[in-house]
Amino acid sequence: MKLLAAMSGGVDSAVAAALAVEAGHDVTGVHLALSEAPATLRSGSRGCCSREDARDASRAADVIGIPYYVWDLAAEFQASVIDDFVAEYAAGRTPNPCVRCNEKVKFAAVLDRALQLGFDAVVTGHHARVVDGVLSRSADPAKDQSYVLAVLTPAQLAATVLPLGPHTKDEVRTLARARGLAVADKPDSHDICFIADGDTAGFLRSRLGEQPGAVVEDGVAVGTHQGTYGYTVGQRRGLGLTVPAADGRPRYVLSVEPVSRTVTVGPVAALDVSTVLTDPPVWSSPRPLPLACTVQLRAHGMVHECVATADGAGWSLALTTPARAVAAGQMAVLYDGDTVVGSATIRSAA
Amino acid sequence: MVSTAYLDHAASTPMLPEAVEAVSAAMREVGNASSLHATGRRARRVVEESRETLAFALGARPSEVVFTAGGTESDNLAVKGIYWSRRRTGRTRVLASAVEHHAVLDAVEWLVSHEGASVTWLPVDDLGRVDEDAYLDALSDDVALATVMWANNEIGTVQHVRRLADAAHEFGVPFHTDAVQAVGQLPVDFAASGVDALTLTGHKLGGPLGAGALLLGRDVACTPLLHGGGQERDVRSGTLDIPGARGLAVATALAVERQPETAARLSSLRDDLVKRVQDAVPTAVHNGDPADRLPGNAHFSFPGCEGDSLLLLLDARGVEVSTGSACSSGVARPSHVLVAMGQDEPTARSSLRFSLGHTSTADDVDALVEALPAVVERARR
Ligand SMILES: Cc1ncc(COP(=O)(O)O)c(C=O)c1O
Repeated sequence: MKLLAAMSGGVDSAVAAALAVEAGHDVTGVHLALSEAPATLRSGSRGCCSREDARDASRAADVIGIPYYVWDLAAEFQASVIDDFVAEYAAGRTPNPCVRCNEKVKFAAVLDRALQLGFDAVVTGHHARVVDGVLSRSADPAKDQSYVLAVLTPAQLAATVLPLGPHTKDEVRTLARARGLAVADKPDSHDICFIADGDTAGFLRSRLGEQPGAVVEDGVAVGTHQGTYGYTVGQRRGLGLTVPAADGRPRYVLSVEPVSRTVTVGPVAALDVSTVLTDPPVWSSPRPLPLACTVQLRAHGMVHECVATADGAGWSLALTTPARAVAAGQMAVLYDGDTVVGSATIRSAA
Repeated sequence: MVSTAYLDHAASTPMLPEAVEAVSAAMREVGNASSLHATGRRARRVVEESRETLAFALGARPSEVVFTAGGTESDNLAVKGIYWSRRRTGRTRVLASAVEHHAVLDAVEWLVSHEGASVTWLPVDDLGRVDEDAYLDALSDDVALATVMWANNEIGTVQHVRRLADAAHEFGVPFHTDAVQAVGQLPVDFAASGVDALTLTGHKLGGPLGAGALLLGRDVACTPLLHGGGQERDVRSGTLDIPGARGLAVATALAVERQPETAARLSSLRDDLVKRVQDAVPTAVHNGDPADRLPGNAHFSFPGCEGDSLLLLLDARGVEVSTGSACSSGVARPSHVLVAMGQDEPTARSSLRFSLGHTSTADDVDALVEALPAVVERARR
C-alpha cells in the first residue's frame, strides 16, 4: 500500500513508519506543524510542535530512508483543537484535546489530504490495534491509546494502519535502537502539547480572563474562585475553601456551572455516579442496543461493567458498580473485551 | 529507483569539476594567509590570486573583493554594515524592494526593530519589477542605503540596477544589490553597474557551498559584523577559507566566461519548458517577466493546487522542484514575492519554481512535462 506516516518526532511514530516500510509498504513521512509559532527548542519532554521535534522527525525519516515533508495544519489545529478546548472549559466541560486532534486533524484533515494525493491509508504510532477495520487495545495495557482513537468512524479506521499494536512500549524502544533511530530514548510526551509549561489553569485564564464566583456546598458559599474553567469534577486540590468542612474530610468538585459561575463541592461519596448520559455516539464496531459491555470514562481510567441503552440519539449507560468523578466533555468508550465498540461525549452523570 | 530530474539549480547547482579540483588542491596545502613565513606567503598568494581572478571576472578591483561565508553573510554585511556607517550621519532610512531574499529582508527588519532604522519597502509591479516612480519618491537625504536585488530568486525577474543605482547616487545614497542568482546567468560587471556593493555566492554558480563574497566599492564605508583579526580589509575577520575562496574564484571565472553560451542554451531550454508546461496544463500561469528574466528560471502558478502537494507528487516521480519559500522547519509559506506582486494567498501557495543550470538537459524537461498533468490533476483541491 501507499502509506502516509504522521511523524511527530517521537519514538512511537518513528518505529511505526519503520515497521510499515519493513512490511513492504511504500511509505512517505509527514510532520504536522500544529503551532503557529513553533517553540525554538523543546523544554523538558513536552510539546509536539518544537523545532527539535521537527528535526527528530526528519532525522528518523532520513534514517528509515523515506521521503519527508512538513504539512502546515496550524490553522486546523487552532480551530478544531485549541479553540474547542477553551470553549469546552468555558462551557463547564472537561475536553480531551487528543481525541479532538485525532478526530479533526490526524484522521480527518491529514487523512483526507493523503487520500486525495493517492495514498491508501495513514500510519501513526498510536498504541492500539486496527485489524480489518476493527479497533482494539494495545498489547501494552499501560500505554493503550484505543480510548483516544475510539472517535474514529469505520471509514476512518479502514484507512488507518497502527503497526505498534502488538508491541509494548519497551519493545518499541528496543526496535528503535535496533534500527539506529536516535529517538529511541526520547522521553514520552505527556500532558497537553499546546500548553508547554503544563499550566492549564494559567492558559485558560489568559484566554478567558478572570470570572470570579462562589464555591458552594449544600447551597452555602464556602469560598470563592477566579473562574469555573479552573475546576474539573473530582478535583480536590486548589479549591480555596474559606469555611472548613463540617466533617473535617476533604472536599471535591462535584459540578461546574459556568453560567452562574458556581463550583459545587462535597464529600467524596457524592462523586459516585451510576448513570451516564451521552451525546450521539460514533459506532466503530456497531452492536445492537441494549448492550451489556464495559465502559471507560477517561483516558487511562478503569473500565466499568454497564448496560448501554438508547437515550434519544445518545446512550444511557447503567453502571453495575458506581464510577467516581465522571466529567462532562470526556468520552465514554464502550468495549467488548478489548474491542472498541463505539464512543460518545459524556453529557451528564448521576 | 526512478532517475532524478533535478530542476532546482537556483537552490544549489552542482559544482564544476574544475572547482572541485581547485578546492581539493587547496585543501592539500597547509597555511594561514596571515602568517609571515614562507608557508603563509604561499597561502596568501593563493588567496590574492583568487581575489584577482574573482575581481577580473566581475569588473571589480581586487581590493573590492571581501570574501565571506556566502550570500547570507554578504547581504547581512552590506545591509547592516553600510547602515551602521551611515547612521552616524543622521541617515536612518533603508529602501529595500519587497521581493528581496530573506537574507536582506530579515536583516532590514532587524535594523528596524533593534537599531533605530526605518524602512520604505519598494513596491513591485505584477511582473515583480520595482516601481521606479515609488523609488524616486522614496529617495531623499535621510536614506542610509538602498538595496534591490539584481534578479529575483523565485520568479527570475531582472531589475534595472544601473538606473536605480544612478538615482540613489543623486541623493548620496549607497546602493547594494544581491546578485546571487545573476552571476553566471546574466552579464554582471561591478564597475559598469554603478552599484556600491554586490553580493554573490559560490553554490549558485558551480562553486562550493559556504563560500561567497561581497564586492564593496573602495570608498564605501561599512562597519564589520565580525570583529577580530581584520583579515578582509578590516571589514570582515576570520582566518580565510582558502579552499573556499579558490573554488569560488575558479567557478566564478568559468561561469562568467561561459555565461553567453549558458544563457543562450538555458533560455531556449527554459522557453521549451514554459511552452510545454502551458500546453500540458492549460490553466498554468507563468509568473514574472516573460522576457527579461533569468535564463534558467521558470515559475508557474497552478490555480486550485497546493504547491507542496505538487512538490510531494513530483518528488515521488523523481522530479525535483521548489515551492519557493519554506521556513527553516520546512513549513510552506505563501511567498512574499508573489504576495508583493499582488497575488492572493491561495494563488501564491499554488506555485512551483523550475530552475535550470549547467547540467540541465532536455531529458529533465521531458521528465517534468511527462509527470506534470497527472500530478496537477491529483493535487487539485
Ligand atoms: C537571492 C539570494 N540571496 C541570498 C541567498 C543566500 O545565499 P547563501 O545560501 O550562500 O547564504 C540566496 C540563496 O539561497 C539567494 O537566492
